[in-house]
Amino acid sequence: MSIPGKIHIDWSTYDPGDGFDAVIGPGGQPRPAAAELAHTLGELSPKELADRQKAAEAAILEMGITFTVYSEGENIDRAWPFDIVPRPIARTEWDGVEAGLKQRLRALNLFIDDVYHEQRMVADGRFPGALIKSSKNYLDACQGANPPHGVWANICGSDLVRDKDGTVYVLEDNLRVPSGVSYMLENRSITKLVFPELFRRQKIRSVDDYPAELFNMLVSLSPRPGDDPEVVVLTPGIYNSAYFEHSYLARCMGAELVEGNDLVVGDDDCVYMRAVEGLTRVDVIYSRINAEYLDPDVFVKDSLLGVPGLIRAWRAGNVAIANAPGTGVADDKVVYTYVPEMIRYYLGEEPILPNVPSHQCEDPETLEWVVENLQQLVVKPANESGGYGMLVGPKSTARERKEFAGLVRKNPRNYVAQPVITLSTVPTVIGRKLEPRHVDLRPFILQGADMYVTPGGLTRVALVRGSLVVNSSQGGGSKDTWVVG
Amino acid sequence: MLSRVAERLYWMARYLERVENTARLVGVFGELQLDLPEETGLDWSLPLTMLGQKEAFKSASGDEDELHFLLSSQDNPASLLNALRSARENARTTRDLVPTEAWRTINELYLGSRKRLKEMANRPSSGYGADIIDRCHTITGILDGTMSHGAAFQFVRLGRSLERADMTSRMIEVAAAIMMTGREELRHQDNSVWRAILRALSAYQAYRQYMRRRIEGPQVVAFLLLDELFPRAVMHCVQVLDEAASQLPRNKATRKEITALKARLESVDVEGLDHPSVKRYVDDLQRDFASIGLAVFETWLNPMRITQVR
Repeated sequence: MSIPGKIHIDWSTYDPGDGFDAVIGPGGQPRPAAAELAHTLGELSPKELADRQKAAEAAILEMGITFTVYSEGENIDRAWPFDIVPRPIARTEWDGVEAGLKQRLRALNLFIDDVYHEQRMVADGRFPGALIKSSKNYLDACQGANPPHGVWANICGSDLVRDKDGTVYVLEDNLRVPSGVSYMLENRSITKLVFPELFRRQKIRSVDDYPAELFNMLVSLSPRPGDDPEVVVLTPGIYNSAYFEHSYLARCMGAELVEGNDLVVGDDDCVYMRAVEGLTRVDVIYSRINAEYLDPDVFVKDSLLGVPGLIRAWRAGNVAIANAPGTGVADDKVVYTYVPEMIRYYLGEEPILPNVPSHQCEDPETLEWVVENLQQLVVKPANESGGYGMLVGPKSTARERKEFAGLVRKNPRNYVAQPVITLSTVPTVIGRKLEPRHVDLRPFILQGADMYVTPGGLTRVALVRGSLVVNSSQGGGSKDTWVVG
Repeated sequence: MLSRVAERLYWMARYLERVENTARLVGVFGELQLDLPEETGLDWSLPLTMLGQKEAFKSASGDEDELHFLLSSQDNPASLLNALRSARENARTTRDLVPTEAWRTINELYLGSRKRLKEMANRPSSGYGADIIDRCHTITGILDGTMSHGAAFQFVRLGRSLERADMTSRMIEVAAAIMMTGREELRHQDNSVWRAILRALSAYQAYRQYMRRRIEGPQVVAFLLLDELFPRAVMHCVQVLDEAASQLPRNKATRKEITALKARLESVDVEGLDHPSVKRYVDDLQRDFASIGLAVFETWLNPMRITQVR
């Protein structure tokens, strides 16, 4: 209800352009799942809006919600950039996305298990074997290993994007050490402070179960079931960009947060941690270290992050590691293009969620086409994350395109080209106004004895007008995500 | 709990206590300068000496004065600012064990401290010192009142008590050193010096209840060293140390060092201590503190020494 004489946030001046906006639908009307939100925002004055944003930022600083930036000078942790306007998604729509994500992870895990065993999908001619051998993340040491429940990727963070027409695509599956879930949880607790009235007035699915679900999943991997298993979170240390999250999850689960040199593998091939009480047996390691650094005896020799003998203990079945070493073989932007085929092959189902149409540069004809059309394409290296090393065609200079054409020609296996997707938008506080900004979404999927999907996930937002880069390491922010209804 | 985590908690507690005690020391010294006649010529080099920072100050390249060096210097690793940063860093990296409210208070205290410590160095009586002490009390209260009293908490107590005992002994040394300067003007100031020391340790009221006579050097020293009930007296701290150590496994070596320190305390002849012998005695105590610190490190905090399966 508007108060006479008061200036309000005015939706009629909000222009989402030709993209899909999460709050304002066709004809300038709020979408049903966003109606309460649009109404509440519309009752705020521009100053109240800016004040709420400022209060949220102050809370983040005081609560010490940070991410780490390399070489930031004296303080290595930096406040988490957050926007108060949440992104609403209708429950009915979310149910379909959730089913699609579960389907995808089941197929991916069957694929990884197959890669490290008989490679039936290759034998049946449905997947090119050359891609496995040339994958940087394929680990010979994992051949024949049998992680609990046959599941390799226990924690997956899939990036979803929405195109102009509203279609939800999977952009990539992060299967190595996906991060961001702690920010999803913190974003929710801050948003509850900012808009308590909206949580009372409608049903917004809770995300708070995640740490308990994660812990239960990890316990389900223990080699000593029935006992009270010792679960630890393995971090590369306090300088890692996701250290806040490692610490956060350990705290929420009541698990020890360990570094490589806190662990030692005994003569009995069991893993122990160096505790004040003496060496203490470890059953499950939630590893936040890239697999190639886990064990200097097997992988990168001079790794100071890992634990000598860890792979031996893991292969002997004396300790579980999540995600299992070797999982990265399926976290590759070329292998990604085969996920729909994996779903058909292993599950005999049609994919619920589509991939973004992708072109592999390995095929010579495709390579030429990609190089000629660089300006209309997004080109990504197969193995990088965090938005590094990619070319966004429409935003690139002629010189960058020339440089990239050279890179792609030199190593076509390592590149995938995709059409530019006009990412959907969500209203975002810019000064005292709301303006549309592009977003993506990273839900988190767990698979152990059971499966679990976070309702919603981490919405990342490109704070610069028109920008499509949402990574926090490159100036992106984040928002709470509401599954409403 | 992990050795490495125990080490961070122990240092978090030590740094917090150091932050509080440095603020106390600066407070008392600022007040003393107001109370004592100008010709006594006390300056800020004395507290620097007491905190073992005199040499570092001399070799520092910056143009900061003693008080800035002590409080807000970025280059002085032992400045209050850097102690606070270390406390925060140790808390940040043990957030799985430090109660959230304690972390928030430490973080808030740290944010903006650089600017405020600079102001405090310009005007020591600005009130920020008292504010720091208050916040430290809040943190201590949160830890005592909400942290589970298991092993993690015992490492907090070990760090806190060792640092506190150390600082109380240094305060006694400050008083002795002031009076040892031998200046005629100071001869008649004993009373104000000891009163200031008691105030700095929040011990004035407790001392008054303990000793109803006028304030006299030997009695103050006896109280600050030997009282079992006053929380900042060395003997009390030593008892807390022993209690904390006894609740941890494999505590023999550490408790042996604690017992040796206790014996040294019990054998002191307070009446016979003149100012130079106070200094020697405090030096001995500080060597004992260092031995206890080393035993704690070697038994529990050094992960490479953990080799036996529990």
